[in-house]
Amino acid sequence: MVKIKYIEHDGNEHEIEVAQGLSVMEGAVQNNIPGIDADCGGGMSCATCHVYVKEDWFNKLPKKTEGEDDMLDQAYKPNSSSRLSCQITVSDEINGLVVHLPEKQV
Amino acid sequence: MIHTDVLIIGAGPTGLFCAHQLGIIGLKCEVVDNLDKIGGQCIELYPDKPIYDIPAIPECTGEELTNNLIDQIKPFNFNFHLSDRVQEIKNESEKWIVKTLKGKEFLTPNIVIAGGVGSFEPRKFPVENCKKFEGKEVLYSIKDKNIFKDKKVVIFGGGDSALDWAIELSKNSKVTLVHRRDEFRGAPSSVGKIKELESEKKLEIFTKYSMQNVNGNEKIENIEIKNEEGQSKIIDADYILGFFGLIMQLGPILEWGLNIDKKMIPVNTENFETNKKGIFAIGDICTYPGKLKLILSGFHEGALAARGCFKYARPNEKYRFEFTTTSKTVKGRIGIKE
Repeated sequence: MVKIKYIEHDGNEHEIEVAQGLSVMEGAVQNNIPGIDADCGGGMSCATCHVYVKEDWFNKLPKKTEGEDDMLDQAYKPNSSSRLSCQITVSDEINGLVVHLPEKQV
Repeated sequence: MIHTDVLIIGAGPTGLFCAHQLGIIGLKCEVVDNLDKIGGQCIELYPDKPIYDIPAIPECTGEELTNNLIDQIKPFNFNFHLSDRVQEIKNESEKWIVKTLKGKEFLTPNIVIAGGVGSFEPRKFPVENCKKFEGKEVLYSIKDKNIFKDKKVVIFGGGDSALDWAIELSKNSKVTLVHRRDEFRGAPSSVGKIKELESEKKLEIFTKYSMQNVNGNEKIENIEIKNEEGQSKIIDADYILGFFGLIMQLGPILEWGLNIDKKMIPVNTENFETNKKGIFAIGDICTYPGKLKLILSGFHEGALAARGCFKYARPNEKYRFEFTTTSKTVKGRIGIKE
């Protein structure tokens, strides 16, 4: 299991353990963490699992996949630290990852 | 008032196959969808993406799947009401009166909600005071391009809609294109054209900027855009256009007294009826223990919901199960003569 911390827009923190191989989005959805909608179910077809990842972690994550930035264009308030959490696979390398949830997804 | 046996909300694969099943058992239906075309997410989100898990079809695209489903229900001549949305439902003596945004009215014993994750609506600017200008000077789609003639237009977005309109409107308007990053996701030829127009000073481009504020009382005077370094610019504007793609919203469905669980509607798995008699939910919008959000599950759910509709549409008849391979009645319905 890998520790992931989800911080809601209002500062509310949820640190949970997520199984390797799941996505950061699935970790949130399966643990009922508010703030991630994931309307398309992880198909990179919507932008409702949008998270912000601060610089220190952002650079340690595997690079964005092709098309991820295109989807992020359609997110709520995207910026240069934005990621789609369905595209971040949970692995031992990201143990302790912190993601910040936007004010809203839609 | 249109009288029908079943009103289907949503023309995605699940709604289409449910319509097929209704046709097979001899019921009539009408289909309403907010999009301007048939196919739901398949056609709006991934028309070109291959799908590999439709039974007996090793590979097909969202568009191919949609076209095949449309072909399959052609014999029934069902009506589609596109670019419209069901707004209000009212119970009246065992039936439902259904009203749409465009003012159509249906009388039906059955409503099948096959609404996916909701209806597609344009993503709007996240800036609060944009709201008061929406529909007037802040627009998310264009109905009449002539209103922009000789005006100052600021277009936000990096996809084809943003680029195509920037190119088109730059002929007769002062166009500024603003996008949150340097790369545009529109067609390469459009990106080339945009850069060419920029170098000819026929339009202005600001990348890595996003909307910060709109200024003006009765009308928009100017807008403020800001980049991540905190630098801002003021741009004079008569019209603001935002092309940020579509989001999905459940909308009025939330107000119909249905049980809702995490944006989904709980159903029983015998006939996919909701907590309201005569209202069924199938496809991505329904939930039950073991629910899989697969197109094939939507097909199954639609087939059972169709049978569920039968008892309310034909209360005095007994439903008889028939195979399409052997039943003359069924073959007659799909126009096959023996």
